[in-house]
Amino acid sequence: MLQAIILVVAQMIVLLAVSPFLVGLIRKVKARLQLRRGASVLQPYADLAKLFRKQPVVSTTTSWIFTATPYIVFASTLAAGLLIPIFVSITPLDFAGNIIAVVYLLALGTFFLMLAGLDAGSSFGGMGSSREAIVASLTEPAMILSIFAIALTKGSTNLSTIVHKTALLEGIATDPSPYLMALAALLIVALAETGRVPVDNPATHLELTMIHEAMVLEYSGRYLALIEWAAGLKLAVFLSLIANVFAPWGIATTLAPTAMGIGLLAYLLKVSGLAVLIGILESMFAKLRLFRVTDLLGVAFILALLGLLFFYILRS
Amino acid sequence: MQNLFLLLFAGYIGGLLLPLCFPTKPAVQNILAHGSAGLASGAGILLGVTGLFAPEPWTASVQSTIPFLSFAVRLDSLASLFVLTISLVGLVASIYAIGYVTEFYGRASIAALGALFNGFLLSMTLVVIADNGFFFLIVWELMSLLSYFLVVTEYEKAEVRYAGFFYLVMTHVGTAFIILAFLIFFQAGGSFSFEAFRHPEQPLPEGIRTLVFLMALIGFGTKAGIVPLHVWLPYAHPSAPSHISALMSGVMIKTAIYALVRVYFDFLGGQFPWWWGFIVLVIGAVSALLGVMYALMEHDLKSLLAYHSVENIGIILLGIGAGMIFQTYGLTEFAALGLLAGLYHTINHAMFKALLFLGAGSLLYATHTRNMEEYGGLLRRMPWTGAFFLIGAVSISALPPTNGFVSEWLIFQSLFLSFHLPTVLLKFMLPLAAAALALTSVLALACFAKAFGISFLALPRSSHARLAEEVPITMRIAMGLLAVVCVLLGLAPMVVVPMLDRVVTPFAGQSIEGKVLALDGWALAPVNMEFSSLSTPVLALLLVALSMLGLGLVAAFGGLVKQRYYKTWGCGINLTPRMEYTATGFVQPIKRVFGAIYQPTVKLETELLEESRYFAKRRHFEFHIEPVFQKYLYDPVVACFIGMAERLRVIQGGSLHLYLAYIFVTLIVLLLFAV
Repeated sequence: MLQAIILVVAQMIVLLAVSPFLVGLIRKVKARLQLRRGASVLQPYADLAKLFRKQPVVSTTTSWIFTATPYIVFASTLAAGLLIPIFVSITPLDFAGNIIAVVYLLALGTFFLMLAGLDAGSSFGGMGSSREAIVASLTEPAMILSIFAIALTKGSTNLSTIVHKTALLEGIATDPSPYLMALAALLIVALAETGRVPVDNPATHLELTMIHEAMVLEYSGRYLALIEWAAGLKLAVFLSLIANVFAPWGIATTLAPTAMGIGLLAYLLKVSGLAVLIGILESMFAKLRLFRVTDLLGVAFILALLGLLFFYILRS
Repeated sequence: MQNLFLLLFAGYIGGLLLPLCFPTKPAVQNILAHGSAGLASGAGILLGVTGLFAPEPWTASVQSTIPFLSFAVRLDSLASLFVLTISLVGLVASIYAIGYVTEFYGRASIAALGALFNGFLLSMTLVVIADNGFFFLIVWELMSLLSYFLVVTEYEKAEVRYAGFFYLVMTHVGTAFIILAFLIFFQAGGSFSFEAFRHPEQPLPEGIRTLVFLMALIGFGTKAGIVPLHVWLPYAHPSAPSHISALMSGVMIKTAIYALVRVYFDFLGGQFPWWWGFIVLVIGAVSALLGVMYALMEHDLKSLLAYHSVENIGIILLGIGAGMIFQTYGLTEFAALGLLAGLYHTINHAMFKALLFLGAGSLLYATHTRNMEEYGGLLRRMPWTGAFFLIGAVSISALPPTNGFVSEWLIFQSLFLSFHLPTVLLKFMLPLAAAALALTSVLALACFAKAFGISFLALPRSSHARLAEEVPITMRIAMGLLAVVCVLLGLAPMVVVPMLDRVVTPFAGQSIEGKVLALDGWALAPVNMEFSSLSTPVLALLLVALSMLGLGLVAAFGGLVKQRYYKTWGCGINLTPRMEYTATGFVQPIKRVFGAIYQPTVKLETELLEESRYFAKRRHFEFHIEPVFQKYLYDPVVACFIGMAERLRVIQGGSLHLYLAYIFVTLIVLLLFAV
């Protein structure tokens, strides 16, 4: 019991600590590709520290939803993060929820962010919420299908089981194509869900092109700090999911200290690698028009569907 | 149990008759009718609970002089579950009604309204415990007619009369199919008793069984509101007074689910070809998707909720359909899981839909409008109603750790188990149904972000909303009770699952309580911990603890700096309600992306200023959604009927002699046949 609690707390600290770093790393990569030196990768930590100390301004139009939302979003995103294996393949909280629970915990945060966007009464927030609604609607089916394609190969929807089995090279399919399809689909979903180019631009300064940033436009001070941290956490959750489900190598399959040390190191390397990849992808593509996003997410859905089909055809 | 049943019966009958003794005092009528109904439904709750845990079904019957008819009742576990659900929602609706019907003082007869309310509840209870086909049809018809009269409570409005008529026609078309299905059973068994339906003298041939399957699907499907038989529902449910809408959407349509389970798993013995389950599954997926999509475009709060009933019936059918498919292939364990998940969602939907309709009723009570675009900022004026509505919205959007999430999660798991099925088609189609469910639930989330956000948040959009006040205490208590039930149903699956297991076991032939519950009931783990697990109590604790952590982080890193209040930045001018996002604007991207389904027509007329064509003087905006089913399915049928009637009109001469001649000719023809 005590061991389990320590592991959960350790996982929480790792996630909280690593998420601003990932945001900073992506920014750094983008800056370097634009031939700028860019801010230090540690800049997001400084930003958070500053925001926490600033006096928040709250709109007189708002209700308690507006002030409660940052806490709910923070809690639900972090809870989702605690359900997935990070550096140990069997997470103690695995019994509390499988991959569907992770998806729906993230949806809980999205729901309250959409409400908060509407609460201040400005058009920008409403616009953000409205766009978030369509992006979320289109990502969800692709996400569920790609998850199912992965779950099939391992005969389980529990993340720890999937990761543990893959790490121990159990039931590895001889043909990797279902995996690849699901991976591609999940990568597109991750870009869309975390508000990245080509779906959304986290660095934009124009309200009319924003999605996530427009929803949280009215936030300031500690509320903004929590929201930003939660956004970073969501990125970390998706990257960890992709890294550990598709390439769990190095993850600790036992609770030996050395194994966990290696696991932590391997985890940091993997998510950093993915963050660099996202930075490169963001530099390669322009943001899509909102109504072209549909096509991209349609592709993700078809890919996941093909992954499923391939699995059955290859097996029969 | 007999005493409880008699108490229930006496309570409803008392509530039906007593108010009529005080013809001039609406307040007394109100208390008598709804107090009595509350008492009766309280007895119903006890009856349901004892029935669920009774070792043997309770039966009773009164013989009648009419052939084939016996007033037989049988309370097995399935019936008990529905009696419990109906009574629980009935109790809450009774409490709510005490406050709500004050609206109708002087506008409608409270005695009539109360009497119909009691009769409606009684007829629904009898529908689920009837043990004789003839008796069932009588109470089924009674339920339909009483709800029709309740729908047309505000008959002075033309649209209410239209809704009522539409409902009346559709429900009778459905009843016709049910009668046909029952007549087939009667022919085989020679009796209307359900026991004879279950074990006919000679087994029904395959073709006839298929006929029964289809008849029941169409007949009960009409009442349940499956696509494409749903068209009456978004008219009829919103037109009734809100506590009646809650009963209709929350429990009346569930009697159809009850009847489908009864016919398929009980009467037909759970023996069916795979494509029966497949059809149910496809209908479920289509109803769920189209239901939520049409709901998104509704800006009348009660119509929006009515469309969500179509959606949720679809979700329930996904669970039941998956169960039927597994049953075909002898995978009884999974069949039980699918059925259990469907029934879990049935109860959950009854609770949160009733809660949401009561919430909508409160808004109607406070603002006198159902148009969402005239709400806004109501959370500040009606904090209790707002909080309860939010709980309902979170539940229906299937967000953890609420009840809606638990049942949808179970349905997901049963769909994911499809890889055990032998045919590739089904292996492939069930995950697709899961994808449809995912899309449905996220669209529902968007829809309720809209419904709650536009109605309760930001600035009031009209004087109705600006002047709104919190509703009376009885209405708040009623909503609060349902909110608590919703939360409990989500956090305590260890209590709900064993109850549902008792219902499912006789039909699937296997108890799966031990397979669904794990860790002493703290987690759900169908089929084992390896495959999947979920623990809503732990998730809830986790969410609370992590929110506390958020507070702690704020205190640690910044201290609780006092926050400043200031008006929202409106690009340099003061923010007015006209600058807010509207419900129509909110769903515009969805309307555009799914344009193939909506086929919207948008009309925008702009009148420009004479001085400069860059400034508009007046703008007129109109947008409609193509009512596809009505236009392409119903209108041709109706036109055909009217055309036939026009033709037949020629025989109506209006002369007495002519009609006498008709009678004479008929007689001759009949005599010729007799010879």
